[in-house]
Amino acid sequence: MTAFRKGWRPVSAIILLFLLWEAASLLFEVPSWLLPSPSQIWQEGIAGWPDYRYHLWSTIRLTIVGFSIGTIIGIAVAICLHLLPKLRDTLYPLMILSQNVPIIVLAPLLVIWFGFGVLPKLIVITLVCFFPIAVAAMDGFKQTDADLMHYMKMAGATKGQIFRKLEWPFALPALFSGLKISATYSVMGAVISEWLGAKQGIGVYMTLASSSFRTDRVFVAIFLIMALCLIFFAFIILLERWTVRWKTKGAKNNG
Amino acid sequence: MASLSLINICKSFGDKKVLKDLSFSIDHAEFVSIVGPSGSGKSTLFHLIGGLLQPDNGEIRMESSLINGKRGAISYMPQSSSLLPWRTILENVMLGEELLGKKDEQGALEMIAKAGLSGYEHAYPDQLSGGMKQRAAFIRSMLSPQSLICLDEPFSALDEFTRLEMQQWLLSIWEEHKRSILFVTHNIEEALYLSDRIIVLSSRPAQVKAVFTIPFARPRRESIVLTEDFLRWKKKIYNELRGMI
Ligand SMILES: Nc1ncnc2c1ncn2[C@@H]1O[C@H](COP(=O)(O)OP(=O)(O)OP(=O)(O)O)[C@@H](O)[C@H]1O
Ligand SMILES: [Mg+2]
Repeated sequence: MTAFRKGWRPVSAIILLFLLWEAASLLFEVPSWLLPSPSQIWQEGIAGWPDYRYHLWSTIRLTIVGFSIGTIIGIAVAICLHLLPKLRDTLYPLMILSQNVPIIVLAPLLVIWFGFGVLPKLIVITLVCFFPIAVAAMDGFKQTDADLMHYMKMAGATKGQIFRKLEWPFALPALFSGLKISATYSVMGAVISEWLGAKQGIGVYMTLASSSFRTDRVFVAIFLIMALCLIFFAFIILLERWTVRWKTKGAKNNG
Repeated sequence: MASLSLINICKSFGDKKVLKDLSFSIDHAEFVSIVGPSGSGKSTLFHLIGGLLQPDNGEIRMESSLINGKRGAISYMPQSSSLLPWRTILENVMLGEELLGKKDEQGALEMIAKAGLSGYEHAYPDQLSGGMKQRAAFIRSMLSPQSLICLDEPFSALDEFTRLEMQQWLLSIWEEHKRSILFVTHNIEEALYLSDRIIVLSSRPAQVKAVFTIPFARPRRESIVLTEDFLRWKKKIYNELRGMI
């Protein structure tokens, strides 16, 4: 119910936008290779399903695998750097620098080094994914409530117990905000890595479409990517709701 | 044999001497309160007993073993309830036991019922009122296996009415379960009502200024706070504290 009440505004804005777009392309008779109308895109989206189905599937698989690897590495890096403060001071600047290397430049190099296989693609996705996750998790660990930490120490908790029973659960909400950002990045990362050379994927479908002036297909690809991002994002939100349900439960009573 | 003894404890932070040659002890099943001016080093004392800090000098003994700098030798209840927000009340009150490796869910449930928190076993701390949270935090320290419980101004964040209720409740639980309790408070009445003994600390550097053995019989009723005897004691301790300011 609340989702509906909050959701109707953006949804109606999008519908209005599509209507304007449709009307404009009818009115000014824009050629479809320049800018197809929403209805043309919709038709191609339905008719082209058998053509792009396996592209879509391949991108989803690549995204999930890349995102999982990026998440694991991101969390592992955060834990290591958190438990070893000296290492953190040494490596943190390097991590930030790694984010300043443009992926568009790095990606072709990765292909040169690792060929056209799946490895360079996974590296690209991992690179864009791990940073938001690692930074969010490290911030979460660092912000652990001082009173709770004090209690755990007085109660005689070991370093491991403090981490497992206090710091980790405390960092979960922060970690999830990192995961949400990374989930959408990972779809973009997958598409970019497919541009570099792949046999299938939305990125490939998109390159083929634009080189043959099938603008409608380019738009189909754009909407597919947006939908994928949204679905991944929603999935992470569901996971978050389930994991930190104590937050919503507690707040219900107070507010 | 005393449960806990402190012998000539000294502690300074930099040039600031906080505790100087502090000595006292607590017997088994004794309720001892510590009162003293703000900033005299009461919390620091708990941190030393809890092993968070090392004394510069002196010995802290539990039964007969030295516990200088050793963590986990006491059960502790801080001023803020410090319940973990992602754990239910039941999981929270068992935390002390869990850290030391033995959980007793049945005992925890009984204790929760005794604290009047039945029905909240599976609620999260944010769903509870301030007094209920303090009760849960106190059960947690009661359930921890250590023989000495240290409470650092556990009720100071509560309003007067809840505070009175909590004191009575604390006494009833304690009279039934007899554990050694070391209790820090700013409130003379609270100390008088609850304790067997009251230790008055001097201002910084803190030393034991006076020790009073409180003769009121147990079980105590709240009505004793209105007796003349109680008032006389209150004056006595008040004067002792005022002498320092
Ligand atoms: N880690 C620390 N480093 C430096 N000084 C400290 C530290 N901890 C406490 N102190 C100082 O030691 C003194 C005693 O502090 P403590 O918290 O033990 O007082 P207290 O008796 O508990 O006061 P209150 O009644 O207000 O809680 C204070 O002057 C405080 O500034
Ligand atoms: Mg204090």
